[in-house]
Amino acid sequence: MRTEPVVQVQALVKRYGTKTAVNGLDLVARAGVTAVLGPNGAGKTTTVETCEGYRKPDSGSVRVLGLDPVRQSGELRPRIGVMLQSGGVYSGARADEMLRHVAKLHAHPLDVDALIERLGLGSCGRTTYRRLSGGQQQRLALAMAVVGRPELVFLDEPTAGLDPQARRATWDLVRDLRADGVSVILTTHYMDEAEQLADDVAIIDGGRVIAQGSPEELCRGGAENTLRFTGRPGLDVGSLLKALPADCTAAELTPGSYRVVGKVDPQLLATVTSWCAQHGVMPEKISVERHTLEDVFLELTGKELRS
Amino acid sequence: MTTAGTGTYSPKPGAAPLPRMIAAQAALETKMLLRNGEQLLLTVVIPTLLLVLFSSVDIVDTGAGEAVDFLAPGILALAVMSTAFTGQAIATGFERRYGVLKRLASSPLPRWALMTAKTVSVLVTEVLQIVLLTVIAFALGWSPQGNPLAVLLLLILGTAAFSGLGLLMAGTLKAEATLAAANLVFILLLVGGGVIVPLDKFPAGAQDVLGLLPISALSDGLRDVVQHGAGMPWGDLGILAVWAVVGLGAAGRFFRWE
Repeated sequence: MRTEPVVQVQALVKRYGTKTAVNGLDLVARAGVTAVLGPNGAGKTTTVETCEGYRKPDSGSVRVLGLDPVRQSGELRPRIGVMLQSGGVYSGARADEMLRHVAKLHAHPLDVDALIERLGLGSCGRTTYRRLSGGQQQRLALAMAVVGRPELVFLDEPTAGLDPQARRATWDLVRDLRADGVSVILTTHYMDEAEQLADDVAIIDGGRVIAQGSPEELCRGGAENTLRFTGRPGLDVGSLLKALPADCTAAELTPGSYRVVGKVDPQLLATVTSWCAQHGVMPEKISVERHTLEDVFLELTGKELRS
Repeated sequence: MTTAGTGTYSPKPGAAPLPRMIAAQAALETKMLLRNGEQLLLTVVIPTLLLVLFSSVDIVDTGAGEAVDFLAPGILALAVMSTAFTGQAIATGFERRYGVLKRLASSPLPRWALMTAKTVSVLVTEVLQIVLLTVIAFALGWSPQGNPLAVLLLLILGTAAFSGLGLLMAGTLKAEATLAAANLVFILLLVGGGVIVPLDKFPAGAQDVLGLLPISALSDGLRDVVQHGAGMPWGDLGILAVWAVVGLGAAGRFFRWE
């Protein structure tokens, strides 16, 4: 189901004074969930806010649902839902009041009570926005982004600072949106969030997309998996290496601690364990480490993601 | 990898009809204002207290006749200023600071419709203030006269002038600076704008300058009509019109949404 891109960004440049926030960024997002992943200051928010029509590109072009977000804003706005990184609500408004208000700005809004129930906002009662917890404020902002039944939702760090339970509730909602045919663009600096939710991940660093693909593709590309086991020190690594496929490497990292790097599949695991059996070795601990997006990011940028 | 959804969230986008959006926005803005204690202090409590206090206690020499006849027009001008200028500046400044204006800017509500709703909310609040203050003034023995149309024109132009200045402040300064400046200006104009202290108590040179302030034009114009039964106060209307054009023009030019 590869249809028209929902977002198409070409050679986007955006500067703030002398600082270049986005530097020739290309991004195509199709239907489904696209995660824009990168460390703080990578240009995620600037990119998304340009798509939302908040910022004018210094150069390059941006199309969202085929429209220019600045010049065709009036046409675009009813079709998108926006969750800002923070704020966006009258400090004296109650959660349900604000959500009902945003619903009134749309022609066919969701059932507000059901949405309040779904996101656990019922417990906010008569508390005004400024006195809500951070998690409640985030969930309200999320509810405001989806209540108008948009085609495309932008979520800017939707789970930053949430507890695990609230994070899961947000993830579940994103999955339901996707299942119902709503496209989602979300920025995050959480690897697991991108791996869990996204059909497509764009890794941003220094104002450009440095890699894009499905989480599986990204983790496969250039990256191999690792198998570790422990046994008695001084095993014949050369003999193990002979038993393994040609593109694998094996080493004793510290006495008694062994590492095999290569394409780790059931066959490889069987080869290693049968080699151990032949040599009378009991692998005390054996573990398989899959290459994660975190490793991919580290390799691509030489940086930790959460810097 | 398509999972069938339940259809709850299936896209069905669309903006609500404009009048419904504006009505909803105006209702919410008014509700926020009436719920805010500091705003009520400014728009209701202070004008009421000043009216009652200065009408019943002879502190300021208000000239010949009943004190309330002098004070009521000034207090009405103060009420307009408190809502259109001070209240609107502070509320809008904090809406800008907390991303409310930003979030609304990506909703289906057009910016002009947001400003229209704000104006409706200001006008609704003013009507409530004027009804309340009028009732109190009558209870204090007020006997107004003059042309209601002239009064209406003054109130509308005064609202436009103060709104422009309030929005200019809210859209260019930090929220805290707006809060401080709007309150300071409120007090300065309360004292020096002919609201409770007649302008002729000031030195002659100061009077000429003070007379050009929007609050002086509004209170002086209202007083000419309501207390003295004058015709159209063209001079004061002209001063207010200039402030309105300059203020709204500058606000439109320099207002920053975030």
